[in-house]
Amino acid sequence: METNLALLLLLSPFVGFLFNTFFGKKISKGIAGVIGTLTVLFSFLITICFFTQLIQSGKNFEISLFDWISVGNLQIDFGIVLDQLSLLWLLFVTGIGTLIHVYSISYMHEDENMAKFFAYLNLFIFFMITLVIGNNLLVMFIGWEGVGLCSYLLIGFWYKNQAYNDAAKKAFIMNRIGDLGFLIGIFILAAQFSTLNYSEIQLAIASGKVNTTALGIAALCLFIGATGKSAQMPLYTWLPDAMAGPTPVSALIHAATMVTAGIFMITRLNFLFDLTPEIQNVIAIVGVITAVLAASIGLLQNDIKKVLAYSTVSQLGLMFLALGMGAYTVAVFHVITHAFFKACLFLGSGSVIHALHGEQDMRNMGGLRKVMPVTFWTMLISTLAIAGIFPFAGFWSKDEILLAAFEHNKILWFLASVASIMTAFYMFRLMYLTFFREFRGTEEQRKHLHESPALITMPLVVLALLATIGGIINLPGSFWLNHYLEPVLATKHHAHSLGTQEFMLMGVALAGAIIGIVWAYAKYLKQGFVPKEDDAISGFNKIIYNKYYIDEVYTALVVSPINAISNFSRETIEPQLSKLIFSLGTAANAIGSQGRKLQNGNIGLYLFMFVLGICAIIIYLFIAQ
Amino acid sequence: MNNILNQIGIENYIFLSVLLFCIGVFGVLYRRNAIIVLMSIEIMLNAVNLLFVAFSTYHQDAEGQIFVFFSMAVAAAEVAVGLAILVSIFRNLGSIDIDNLKNLKG
Repeated sequence: METNLALLLLLSPFVGFLFNTFFGKKISKGIAGVIGTLTVLFSFLITICFFTQLIQSGKNFEISLFDWISVGNLQIDFGIVLDQLSLLWLLFVTGIGTLIHVYSISYMHEDENMAKFFAYLNLFIFFMITLVIGNNLLVMFIGWEGVGLCSYLLIGFWYKNQAYNDAAKKAFIMNRIGDLGFLIGIFILAAQFSTLNYSEIQLAIASGKVNTTALGIAALCLFIGATGKSAQMPLYTWLPDAMAGPTPVSALIHAATMVTAGIFMITRLNFLFDLTPEIQNVIAIVGVITAVLAASIGLLQNDIKKVLAYSTVSQLGLMFLALGMGAYTVAVFHVITHAFFKACLFLGSGSVIHALHGEQDMRNMGGLRKVMPVTFWTMLISTLAIAGIFPFAGFWSKDEILLAAFEHNKILWFLASVASIMTAFYMFRLMYLTFFREFRGTEEQRKHLHESPALITMPLVVLALLATIGGIINLPGSFWLNHYLEPVLATKHHAHSLGTQEFMLMGVALAGAIIGIVWAYAKYLKQGFVPKEDDAISGFNKIIYNKYYIDEVYTALVVSPINAISNFSRETIEPQLSKLIFSLGTAANAIGSQGRKLQNGNIGLYLFMFVLGICAIIIYLFIAQ
Repeated sequence: MNNILNQIGIENYIFLSVLLFCIGVFGVLYRRNAIIVLMSIEIMLNAVNLLFVAFSTYHQDAEGQIFVFFSMAVAAAEVAVGLAILVSIFRNLGSIDIDNLKNLKG
């Protein structure tokens, strides 16, 4: 019974994918969307069933579906596990997935390939469930690659625009670099333990006979995989470009679900990372650097989705900081609250873009507060949440990260706080530029300004509600999430007691957020400052506006040399090679054309040759003897 | 059997066989009629058969004679196929002069 339900949970979105792929052209767009949504909703409902069962009984459900790979002493099953961690992920993947599917029905209704869009979204959900539900690393790897593929397909969904195709390719290639690390990590673990099953690896590690050097390398490789998928330094540059995809895709894949796969993987393998403190330090440092760097880039971006993209990179950096400090529950807590408010923010920005018919530059927005009240209020709530204002969800999760950082290392705490202040600033900059003062777009756009339909605003409202109360799952005092996740964590993460220091730090964090907000208020609302045209930006601002020229550096260091090698091969080596091969062909041809003169069809000549041959053989035999 | 060899001598059989073989070779080389070419090939084959039989007797060994049966059977098959081809050629071209058969030119 449970096996069948779990299979249904996994395969339901896949059925939606098959249906929309094969029959999508024959049915109306609305039906395609509704079927796509229902299949995901179905998975969500089953997840809720499993979740309530787990809460009541506290028992994991793990089953091996079939023997998959069996080579020598390496045994890999295709198995699924529904424990605390995977169910938590499934809840918000399918839950937010459902909301975003609903949103997409309205958002994509003008697109000619709507069925294809829903097919891809369903396929993505299927792979995401595979990633989360597997009971060993190889099943996770299937999902890991699959979501990468869907990400590629959806970023390049509007394939007629070459820039979007390039962005899709960039995302795919950057992910592939990380995936290689992930794969090498899997190989090392397989070589060490002859199994990839999580609980078996955990048992083997607990038994003590482990090679810590090999485990350290494996952990580092796995972390490189995580940097690719979760957009951390140095592989983060694909995520801002991934905004080329339709906005629901940005909300679902590039904010709420897929990019948290790296955090899921590290939390899943927490027992491994606990053994390698050096790698944990690397994770923390990479995380905090990414958080600060991406937040600073976000300060000056003018594309509404780019701001949100850099904000996502920055928040993911904070989550990795928490992982690096061994505070896995805190990271998971932030993943969940972030999924709520960031999905809401992306969907809100989609609603704005929808109202402005594709305009994404905030310099051409403004004054939308009165026209789009629902969008405005939901986005405001989410912005307050991401800025870390009491009592919204982001406050609680971000505060816990800062607390953990303060206990761990003051420098990390300081940098994380700087990132939070910048977050508050650029998010309110976004709000002020988009929703306040006068509308700065064209007259044509002004005439068509409208609040989005209910199918778009409904998910916004739900997500805003979650962003408001989401903190409830791990409030100081109850720490429900901490207790809930205890069975999947090897070392218990102790919850903070509420002392003077904690309250002081909360106060500092809140003050930081308010400083950021006031700063943005003074600059963009009071003075009505509008960012300058691209070529009028100068000095340090220009460096930040151009994202520290990191893309250009990558181009110079990696892309150009590879292009140069390719060009050299194509223009120099290949012609020489083909000349050589061609000359062989010419020679064979020349010999052949001489040879065919012998075949003149004269039987008399043939017979003569025949006799001559016999004579030659006889003479040879006589001489030889 | 030894009597025959004693009376005539093995050398004479070899000379006869070589002579027959050479007649066959020159027939193949000089005649233009395809049937005569085929007949010349038969003469060559029989020259070899004669040699086989002579040596078989000389060595008191039946193997040579068995070989002759095989080669006769093969020769019969060959002639059957060869003549069938010639008949077909004659029907199509009206001639069996091998100088005219140049359709297989490479």
